[in-house]
Amino acid sequence: MPVGELHARPMRINFGPSHPATHGTVRIVLDLDGEKILNADVQVGYLHRGFEKECESGHYYQNIPYTDRLNYSSAMLNNVGYCLAVEKLFGIKTPPRCEFIRVIAGEIARITDHMLCVGAMGLELAAMTPFLYLLEGRELALDLLDALCGARITTNYIRVGGVWADLPEGFAPFCRERLDRIAGLVDDAHRMLTDNPIFRQRLEGTGYLPAEELIAYGVTGPLLRAGGVALDLRRVQPYLVYGELDFDVPVGEHSDNYDRYLVRLEEIRQSRRMVLQCLERIPDGPVNADDPRIRWPRKGKVFNRMEELIDQFKLVTEGDLAPAGEVYAAVEGANGEVGFYIVSDGSGRPYKCRCRAPSFSNMQPLARMITGRMLADIVPTFDLINMIGGECDR
Amino acid sequence: MHDDENQATPGEPSPLLRKVLARLGQQVLEHRAWRGDDRIHVDRRQIVEVCLALRDDPELCFDLLVDVTAVDYMGQPDGFRRPVEIWDRNRAMVRRGPLSRHQVAMPERGPLPRFAVVYHLLSTRFFHRLRLKCRVPEDDPTLPTVTTVWPGANWLERETYDLYGIRFQGHPDLRRIYLDESFVGHPLRKDYGKRDEQPVQPLHGPAANEPRRPH
Repeated sequence: MPVGELHARPMRINFGPSHPATHGTVRIVLDLDGEKILNADVQVGYLHRGFEKECESGHYYQNIPYTDRLNYSSAMLNNVGYCLAVEKLFGIKTPPRCEFIRVIAGEIARITDHMLCVGAMGLELAAMTPFLYLLEGRELALDLLDALCGARITTNYIRVGGVWADLPEGFAPFCRERLDRIAGLVDDAHRMLTDNPIFRQRLEGTGYLPAEELIAYGVTGPLLRAGGVALDLRRVQPYLVYGELDFDVPVGEHSDNYDRYLVRLEEIRQSRRMVLQCLERIPDGPVNADDPRIRWPRKGKVFNRMEELIDQFKLVTEGDLAPAGEVYAAVEGANGEVGFYIVSDGSGRPYKCRCRAPSFSNMQPLARMITGRMLADIVPTFDLINMIGGECDR
Repeated sequence: MHDDENQATPGEPSPLLRKVLARLGQQVLEHRAWRGDDRIHVDRRQIVEVCLALRDDPELCFDLLVDVTAVDYMGQPDGFRRPVEIWDRNRAMVRRGPLSRHQVAMPERGPLPRFAVVYHLLSTRFFHRLRLKCRVPEDDPTLPTVTTVWPGANWLERETYDLYGIRFQGHPDLRRIYLDESFVGHPLRKDYGKRDEQPVQPLHGPAANEPRRPH
């Protein structure tokens, strides 16, 4: 153990697992020399619930609610990622209206996630007012998700081959009105935080790690883009209708906490742009793929007709039989690449369902970012990584 | 059902696979492109040199290790090519394998090892992806580590060790990452029952403030 400048014995302290200045259950064992961090051991796993084991005993459609509980501050994006992977396995093409609805839902979820991340970081740096502004905006966005699916957080809205239901009546004007108010609140928070000298001193230059090292650690998402690498799957490997939308990919240049904050704030604005474009362009048509392997018959027909009854019975007891094989599909989640690797043995349940969680890979370089720095730098660095326990520990 | 991965005609390798094959040559034991995913199998003893070649080749440039995980093919000695039935220990589920339509003539080869370790790679320059698989036998579940190629493999390999019991030789810090050190067994193996219980370990006393193992 290196000896510090004060020639005192290093002190070992626990940061977490339940610490008032972090949102996320993680334990960091620190060796401190005064306030300087000599050594850090990041320990995750306090929220491990066995997501993958649980998925192996559920039918494909039964696992969608479990994905809500991965990144629970943007559950829609996990729903989308999982359903895209299952659809890739089945070889299903979803109708265009469904793809637009998925983009709308996913981008609203991204707005809520970024607002919570920035707001909670402000709170933990003792900036109470922007937290209240951003949480108010988050509530407005959650109302939109509520209108879509009846749930605010654990949405369970996206289905294999489609979505649970079409957009509700009058959703477009409601959504525009809410997005305008959200944009105003984001601008207010921006005016309070971005040029605030105390805030900048806490963020500028802290948590620095060069982009090459971030890539070597497998970091993706806003964290990597703040280092100047424009890796955004919505742009470089477009899925759904992202290829047709007009949006910018914000990148930073200093790879420090301040740039990470700016990138997240700008992504909220870009997500709003995307939702507005989708509301303009969304076509009419069905929202569910008409594929006999996954299509659920209508209830009235199940009660009155034999074929639909058999169909329903088979889907409930055997599940939707997938072709044997393996696929990996990834989407751009709020914190980076959310990927699902599904191995199928030809039955109605996944033989293996692996979630590649961005929080897990993004947490790994945390020890590198804080070692040699001050104790107080942990809070903004950890908060802007935005580790979500449910996703990191699965 | 003609679109099963094992029955679909292999066809021409994709442009990316052609580049990979040209670079790696005989080191690729098997390759396949299905549903737009490119996959190669390599020998586990050559994994480090294969990864270095994939990372450093200027036309491939797989500089981002997306994921490391494993698959337990217990009771599936030749993949998913014949009907199988697995009961877990608590009779919590029945898994029915492919039906008789899968009993088609496949090229004969010996029983496959039980585990496969799976690496997902991404290039931040060309944005292409590759899946790398290594078979690992049950009686010797070891594999060289790739932390020397991508430092990010550290936690991912610890997770694979924790949940599947596959040991990565040369890993700098191979301890469990999610579960406690006192946990017995590896829960994502197919012979670990979903409802198996283990006694809760107390986390009190002086040891609670120390790392689980000296680092």
